[in-house]
Amino acid sequence: MEQLTLLEIIWRILIQLIPVWVALIAVFAVSITFKSRLGLYGKLFNSSVGMIGLGIVLFWIFTALFADIIAPFDPIEQISGMKHKKPGWPVVGQEGAFYLLGGDNLARDVFSRVIHGSRTVLSIAPAATVFAFMVGITLGLPAGYFHGRLDTILSFLANMVLAFPVILLFYLLVTPEIRTTGIPVVLAAVLFLFPIIFLVVLFRTKYFVQPQKLTIYLVLTMTIGLWVYSGLAFNSDPLGVWSMDPNLLNIFVSVVFVNSPTVFRIVRGLTMDIKTRDYVAAAQTRGEGPWYIMLWEILPNARGPLIVDFCLRIGYTTILLGTLGFFGLGVSPESPDWGSTINEGRKLLALFPHPALPPALSLMSLVLGLNLLADGLREQSLKD
Amino acid sequence: MLSFFLKRFGVMILTAFCLTLVVFYLTNLEPNLEKLAKTQANMRMTDEQVASWLDDRGYSRPVLLRYGEWLGIVPGWTLVDEDGKLTGRCVRKGQEVTPRFCGVLQGSLGLSTVFSDEVSTIIAKRLANTGWLMFWVMVVMVPSALLVGVLAGMREGSRTDRTLSTFSIATTATPEYVSGVIFIVVFASSMVGLKWFKGSATSASDSGITFENFTLPVLTMALYGMGYIARMTRASMAEVMTAQYIRTARLKGVSFPMIVIKHALRNALIAPFTVIMLQFPWLLTGVVIVETLFNYKGFGWTLVQAASNNDIELLLSCSVVAVAVVLITQLISDIGYVYLNPRIRVT
Repeated sequence: MEQLTLLEIIWRILIQLIPVWVALIAVFAVSITFKSRLGLYGKLFNSSVGMIGLGIVLFWIFTALFADIIAPFDPIEQISGMKHKKPGWPVVGQEGAFYLLGGDNLARDVFSRVIHGSRTVLSIAPAATVFAFMVGITLGLPAGYFHGRLDTILSFLANMVLAFPVILLFYLLVTPEIRTTGIPVVLAAVLFLFPIIFLVVLFRTKYFVQPQKLTIYLVLTMTIGLWVYSGLAFNSDPLGVWSMDPNLLNIFVSVVFVNSPTVFRIVRGLTMDIKTRDYVAAAQTRGEGPWYIMLWEILPNARGPLIVDFCLRIGYTTILLGTLGFFGLGVSPESPDWGSTINEGRKLLALFPHPALPPALSLMSLVLGLNLLADGLREQSLKD
Repeated sequence: MLSFFLKRFGVMILTAFCLTLVVFYLTNLEPNLEKLAKTQANMRMTDEQVASWLDDRGYSRPVLLRYGEWLGIVPGWTLVDEDGKLTGRCVRKGQEVTPRFCGVLQGSLGLSTVFSDEVSTIIAKRLANTGWLMFWVMVVMVPSALLVGVLAGMREGSRTDRTLSTFSIATTATPEYVSGVIFIVVFASSMVGLKWFKGSATSASDSGITFENFTLPVLTMALYGMGYIARMTRASMAEVMTAQYIRTARLKGVSFPMIVIKHALRNALIAPFTVIMLQFPWLLTGVVIVETLFNYKGFGWTLVQAASNNDIELLLSCSVVAVAVVLITQLISDIGYVYLNPRIRVT
């Protein structure tokens, strides 16, 4: 069999991605039809920048979802004779099969690895960002609202973490040695508690006058929350549904830890600004409790900048995860995630550029998409 | 003003103290010390051998005590072995009297276990290398970022603005390890590339900086930081251009280039100044990636070496330097902001 030409490679990749195209077209068609009823999300379809950003982000989300169908090979399958082969090289011994983007230094298919790598990134980055936001909001609201000693202590701690060079922190926190000491588990135990606290306070303040509803919500939150908590933080879920690989937990916790001080500072600043508004004074006069005011008066009014920062922060977290992979921290060498694939590829970059380029370009496009999406959201939310 | 400085200085010292304590604690955890012993001596040491190795080098005493030694408020440990040879924290070859204290307060940063040299000499040499890198990055990054920002912001919403803004977003979305890889493939790869530059800056740290070996690292770092500064400049420029005095100048009949240069520029550059100063700490992260990628032996490279080999004293000094850089630039940006914008007072 002949090696494929560039056009044939592109054509075959587009064919492989058919499930993604179908899903993308469906989402866009539905969203554009109902855009007037979809709030801020619908307004996104009025700006071209936002639409391009959303398109790229959705592309990667669907790629991650359909990775098993799209990728022609297993990400860790090695086929002998395919080491360092150029893009479009026919697979030895398999009729009609090609390494569309070539083979890497262990004779694995670069294309399949990139496709599967999107899963790692898209499963960790958004979740870690959500957790960082929970921590940042739960601590930032009272710090900005009450001020005083609490604020001084929390701000000092946040600034301290921010003064740390990120990479040094990763080198200290994400190592096999640290894992044996149990520090990641302690960190996880503290950080994973915040979403539960946040939800409990949220429901308590809202349904304070409706004890029945309150009980239902609280019981639900506590059971589900503590169930997930025991599984994720201590790996001791009695039913065995929730568990996290120690490697992954280590990375996840460190990324949350690095991100939450910044979120804390943003939320604190926004709270201090919104606190001076008339509707807050009105709520205070009405006799509302401080937590009600924080969660149901201040937080909803701070949502614009927070949503924008959320998008940007997922991008930043993606970059951080790539950095971790680049320094070979925390991930297993077989993992197809983009950062470590770039790191693997860069060693022989001068001779074989094709294994490193696709993950590099994928990471860049995902972050670019998130940034464009954030830009579009900012543009549209300012119009309100 | 003085009390402001004193307060900031106090916070700085406190932060540095807390951070070094954290770093000291984390690097002195049991498994990390074991790793240190094994990498320094022999990978196949038994547990007893590790314990005695650590005993001989004073690592097995309480962490707080040794942190005190590092600070210089607790006397350094000494040990006389069977042959009557004196070993200890403060013992150096060719020294007649062994000082009782030798810590940061006495000006000694300790010994590096990886490079077997005084930490202070290593740090000084590596920082000088990184200084050159930073200098060239700034020379490339700041003017081009300001130019892009001003050009985009002076006519908001125009085609130039859209193109340049997209370009800025694209550069902020490209981390160093991505752009670096792309640059190496395009400009330095022996297979497909243009072979204009070298893909490694090792020669720059040994035998001097040349255009050939330094362009790619500088470009890689400058590009990532550029987008952010450019966007800030654009926002600030766009805001200034809507001000009343610009309209007055236009109505007066001043030409557009003159308005931009004489009236708008100076006011538009206040905000980017703070941003540029705050870029320094964050360039520090970039330095680590770029120096690793291009194998340039600077501060970032040293940090990676220290961290991956658990070189405690070198790592501590690296973190002190990093923290100092972060906090000092914060201070300068605060003061500079006050100086440039008379409406804000520090007190």
